[in-house]
Parts: sequence; C-alpha cells; structure tokens
Amino acid sequence: MTDHTVSAASQAGARVSPLSRVREIVFSSPLVTLAAIILAVIVLSAIFAPLIVPHDPVRLSPGERLKPPSSEYWLGTDAFGRDLFSRIVYGGRISLVVGVMAAVAAVGLGLILGLLAGYIRWLDAVLMRMVDGLMAIPSILLAIAIVALWGASIWTVLIAITIPEVPRVVRLVRSLVLSAREEPYVEAAIAAGSSTWLIMRRHLMPNTIAPLIIQGTYICASAILVEAILSFLGAGISPETPSWGNIMAEGRIYFQINPGIVLWPGLVVSVAILSINLLGDAVRDALDPRMAKRGIER
Amino acid sequence: MSLLRIENLRIALNGDPQAEVVKGLDLAIEPGQTMCLVGESGSGKSLTALATMGLLPNVLQVTDGSIRIKDEELLRASRSRMRSLRATAMSMIFQEPMTALNPVARVGQQIEEVLEFHSDFSAAQRKSRAMDMMEAVHLPDVEKMYRSFPHQLSGGQRQRIMIAMALVMRPQLLIADEPTTALDVTTQAQILKLIQELREEQGTAVLFITHDMGVVSEIADDVTVLKLGEVMETQPVESLLRHPKTDYSRDLLASVPSQVPRPARDPSSDQIVLETRDLCKTYGGGGLLKRGREVKAAQDVSISLIKGRTLGIVGESGSGKSTVARCIMRLIDPSSGEIVVGGTDIATLSQRALKPERRKIQIVFQDPMRSLNPRIEIGQSIIEGPLNFGGSREAAMKRARELLELVGLPASAVNRFPHQFSGGQRQRIAIARALAMDPDVLVADEAVSALDVSVQAQVLDLLSELQERLGLGILFITHDLGVAAQICDDVLVMQHGRVVEYGPAGEVLGNPKQDYTKALIKAAPGRHWDFANFRPFAEAAE
Repeated sequence: MTDHTVSAASQAGARVSPLSRVREIVFSSPLVTLAAIILAVIVLSAIFAPLIVPHDPVRLSPGERLKPPSSEYWLGTDAFGRDLFSRIVYGGRISLVVGVMAAVAAVGLGLILGLLAGYIRWLDAVLMRMVDGLMAIPSILLAIAIVALWGASIWTVLIAITIPEVPRVVRLVRSLVLSAREEPYVEAAIAAGSSTWLIMRRHLMPNTIAPLIIQGTYICASAILVEAILSFLGAGISPETPSWGNIMAEGRIYFQINPGIVLWPGLVVSVAILSINLLGDAVRDALDPRMAKRGIER
Repeated sequence: MSLLRIENLRIALNGDPQAEVVKGLDLAIEPGQTMCLVGESGSGKSLTALATMGLLPNVLQVTDGSIRIKDEELLRASRSRMRSLRATAMSMIFQEPMTALNPVARVGQQIEEVLEFHSDFSAAQRKSRAMDMMEAVHLPDVEKMYRSFPHQLSGGQRQRIMIAMALVMRPQLLIADEPTTALDVTTQAQILKLIQELREEQGTAVLFITHDMGVVSEIADDVTVLKLGEVMETQPVESLLRHPKTDYSRDLLASVPSQVPRPARDPSSDQIVLETRDLCKTYGGGGLLKRGREVKAAQDVSISLIKGRTLGIVGESGSGKSTVARCIMRLIDPSSGEIVVGGTDIATLSQRALKPERRKIQIVFQDPMRSLNPRIEIGQSIIEGPLNFGGSREAAMKRARELLELVGLPASAVNRFPHQFSGGQRQRIAIARALAMDPDVLVADEAVSALDVSVQAQVLDLLSELQERLGLGILFITHDLGVAAQICDDVLVMQHGRVVEYGPAGEVLGNPKQDYTKALIKAAPGRHWDFANFRPFAEAAE
C-alpha cells in the first residue's frame, strides 16, 4: 500500500505554477466555482460601482421615500428616498475593504506575535498575559471605546475591528508553533545552527498557513458583521456613507413598511460571507499536505 | 478441521484490481495453534487481520476469496452477525495500548462492556467475570485496578487490559496485531508469556502479526511469510528458521541483528571527540512561583567517545537515553555537568557562542516521516546548515549532490520532496544532511528503530561504511540490544536516568555484571537463535 501512496504522491509533488494552482482550487468542486463567481461579481461591482449604479447613492429625494421596487428603483428606496440598489453596490466598497483589511491585518499581526510567543520562551509569558488581558474585554465594547477615542472614520473602524481579533489569532498560531517546534526537522535546524528568524520563517510559519486561512475567512466575515453592528450602534462610519451594515441599521425602523431595506443587504452579506468561507475551505484543502494525502488514499 | 481458513483472499484499493494490496492469500490455523504472520511494512499482514475481523477501512475492498471461521463464511456474514462473532468467536488486540482504550472510562467497566453486549449475565456476574479475567492476565491488586482509568496504568498493564477484554468471552481465535511492538523488552517478554499461557489454558488459536523474527522464534508454531501482499511460504517455525525456502525469507532472516556482540575493533586513534562529565538533567522542581515534583531524567552520566568508534546507549523507555542525546546536542539545557566537544565545554555556552560548535556534532532522529520538513526540497534541507556558516549556495548544492551519492541516492534527488521517498531513503537523506556539516560526532537517536529489518540492516551498513571513511565518532542511542551488539564498540546501559553499566560491548553484552543488564538481555526475544546462520547459538558452540 505504501508503494501506491508514494507513486501517487510523487506526481502530486511536482511543481505547479501559481496560476494553475488557482485554477485547480477554483474548479475543485462546483460549489467552490459558484462561490468564486459570486464573490467575483460582488467585488467587481464594488470596484466599478460608479459605472453600474443608476442613481447617486447619497442624493436625498424626500418625495420618493420608501418606494417599493420599480423599474426606476430596482430594489425600492429608503427613508430618505435614496436608491437602495445603488447604496448596496456602493456599500460593498466599505464592507469588503473593512472585511478584507481587518482579516489581513489581524492575521498578519497575530502571526508575528504568535510565532514570537510560541518559539521564544521568555517572551511567551509576557505576550500571552497581554493577550489574556485583551481577551477579557468584550470585543464590541473595546471597538466602541476605540472609535469613541479617535472619532469615527474608516481607519478607526478598521483598527477597532482588528484589535479584538488579534488575540484569537495569536493563541491559534502559538498553539500550532508549540506543537511544530517539537518536530524533529525543527530540532535538526537548531542543531544545524539556523537562526531563530530562519527557523520561524522556514520551518514554523508554513505549518500555520492552512489554519490561518480558515481563521482569516472567519475574521473577514465577522469584520463585515462587526462593522454593521458598529454602524447600527452609531459608532461606525458616518451614516450618509453607505455600508451594508449602515443600510440595515437605518432600515430597521421601517422594516414593516419596506422589509427589503434590511433583507437585501442582509442577503448580500450572507452570500458574500458564505462564498468567502467556501473559498477559504478550498484553499485550505489545497495547501494542507495532510488533506492532500488523505485525498489520495480515498 | 481448521479453525480459521482464508483462501485466495484479495484486497484492493477502491476495489480496483490494478491496485491490489493483498494478492491471493491462503492461510489456515488449527485450534489451539499460534500462527505468525510475518512481513515488512506494506506486506498486507494487518489488512488480512482487519479483513478477518470485518474492520477494513471503506477504501479497501475484498475483491475475491473466502474467510471461514469453523466453516462459517465471514465475507458474506451480515453486519449484526459479524458484531456478535467479534468477541465470541474471534477478537483482536492492537499495537498501541495507549490509544486502544477509552481514556475516560474505568478499565473494569470497559471489560464489562464486552460482556454487556455479548452475554446476558447479571451485573454481579459481569463484575466477577471481569475480575477473574483481570486475575488471569496477572494484573496486581485487581480490586484497585478495576476502578482505575487507563492513564493510571503502565503500557504493559494497559496491554493486559486489552488482552482481558479480548479474551473475556473466550473466543476461539485471538488476532494480535503487533501487540508488543510499542512495549519495552522486559514488558514484551511478559506479554508474550501471558499470551502463550492463555492459549494453553483456554485453547485459543492465535494469529500473531509481527515484523520481529525474535518474537516469532519465541511463540510461533507455524509461520507465514508475506511480501507485498503475497504469501512467500508457510512452514513450521523451526523448519523456517533452519531452512527458509525462498530468497526473501532468507534475506529477512539474515538481516536480523544478532544478539552476540561483534568482535571488538582495535582503536585506530585515541583522540577523544566527545566527552561528558557528570552530566545531569532535572525536570520540574520548585521555582519561585510554582511547586512541582523533581524528575531526574539523567544523573551523573560520564561518557567518552573516541574518533572512529561507536558508543551505544541502551535502555528502555524512560531510562534517560534520549535526554542524554538531547543534552549533548544542546536541544535541551543540561542542569549540571560538562559536555566537551573537540576540547570545548559546550554545556553552558550561550546560543550565540554555541553556534560555531554546532558544526562538530550532528544528529539523526528516529522518525523518518518527521525528520525532514515536508514542504521544502531535500536539497534545500541539506544545504541549510552549511549556508548558516557562510559559503555559496552553488558550492553547498554541489556538495549536497555528492553527499546524496555517498549515502546511496541519485544526485538528481535534490529537487524532490520528502514524501517522494520511502522511510529508509529519508533516513539516508537525514544522514546526508548531518554529514553536510562535516561533523566529528554523529548522534543517532533510535535512527533505525522505525525501519523494516532489511532496510535497518542497510542503514546500519551505511553508517559503518561512513564511519570508516570519514572517521566519525558515533553516539548510538537504541533500545534494541541486537542492533547495539552489531555496531557498538562500547555500550552504556541506562535505567531510570542512571548509568547501570558501561564498558566494551563484548563485556557488557556478553558477560554482564549488573542484574538489570542481565534481565534486559534475558528478555530480548530470539536471543537463542542465530538467525543469520539459520541455527540456534547452542549448536554453533558444539
């Protein structure tokens, strides 16, 4: 049996270009392909929003308040007569930027701190106590405090969302490093006189990538939600700038008159988050050699 | 009539005849007999056992053949019939006693659970039956054991619990899949004796799966040799060991390291390359903020290794032999004592001051699957050390190619990944990586323990050849007395962190002074048999 595994695995081990790797991941299952298409549509429409939208998303027209969907206003209008469809398309700009950047920032910061905590013993105690302290504060409360301190802007909102996520990433990375550092190949590198930096970058960090991608997609999803919550509580980005959270927060009071104001952005948020998570799973499966090996034995 | 009869058994991956892993296996066991199924990894011996139990993983399917127990066809039996046959007609014990028991249930209840499923005894009857069985497997203080959790027992005790569970319904067939491989030799000897004893008492037939010829010579009546899913031969044990019919069996037997120490070599040099003085390592103990129990993992270990010689450190698990190796490599910091490598005491050097000294001493680990980073090409793994000490990438790579050829692999292998190699090949790569640093001392920490015997013999040959060519001093850590006897000039025996006996291999292994060394040698399976010469040692002396 070993022999079959080895020969099959040796084909899988051949070098592949990054592009064909991406293609392989996207087409690994129909569901993943669908998720990739949906996400591409959302991202592209956010980027090219000015070319797509039929109305200015911030123009108030009090005469057109709370209109039902029509050929002029595809999804109807909100309480100030602004076109809902245009606002959702523009809202993607803020929500996606906040989601992706919060995920990248939290994962990046958490990765560095987690590697240090996991590998350098004396730093571990210090760093982890700080992390414990941060985790003791409810994340929404912390986010509100940060926004209140510095005033609401997209950057403060981003920082406010990122900071409470970092401790979780640090803990995850640290636990992965603690088990990876016991691997004989890490000890062999120590014996070969490799520097701490080289060992972390070359032997420890790759072990954390697959779980981090999953964690990153969750953070991305939760950041979009937290941004919505902050907007909802009035501690987010100023209300006239549309974000998915903002739109829902404002639409809440008019739910009975025009439920679409909450439901449509809600649907877009759910679909976007689901797509991101599906893609994250697919990337994880492609990167994690243990998963790949199991695939061959199946 | 045979108790178990397997005919033309074929097992294939996903039922694909191209990917057959067991290819037409025939096997028959008579009541009360012990049949040993021997083979190296990938021979299909465990799969045969799992197929008999109806426990094959889904990806593997029986494509042809029949397995009958007392004339009942198992391959066509329903799931519920198989469930009732397990434990009553046949049962199985596994290799790893650490994971085969439920960690959150008391062991007594785990034995009773078998009775609950398969009998209609009352609770009181079940308990007394379980207690009797625990007596039968010679567990001490049964009342207390009954209420213990698995983690409170030693490996040997856990394996006894497993055996008690397997035999409590008095099945006619016991399948034992490498039941002693994870155990120390002294424990192994006890478990083998127990299986023999229960077989005689209960008349159970035993299908014993092992890779260890020593174990075979101790317990088998008949032996079936498997290679890559095919039966090579089936013979009574004595005649197999004396007159193997196939080349494969002959090679397998010839690879078994003999327990008799090889003739002593004359020291070609008197240059000491590695020396420790009163090396100690203590774990735990009281600190400023915590209180803990002190564990003395190594106490007052003093060794000296001469250029071109091999020093073996032998001991059972927990003896501290690996602790000593890791201290010497400074992978852990020793508590006290000196470690002199090439004239410098490295025991207390800072990591920075230690770096230049690292070149002189390199290590090869036990597990070939984990000793190379799976994500980088092996060439990169080999040159990592040399690059840390400066020098160009091209020169290092050229050297890596040479080293690969030196250890018997093609130079072109530098661009491949670890998973493309077998266990023995990976161990060769690990040796090449160690040699890339031009060390004076090579520490081999159980470096051949995870390998099949034939591969083990090749790697041992490679080590001796390299030693001769490069004048390496080798510190060889092993639990296997046979291996130690074959390659060591000097042997140090450890127990509970202390040095029990230390001297030339011939003396320590041939004429031990200490009781512990004697017990260790006595427990080694197959020590009466000179496998490589196909005869017992007693006959060689005549």
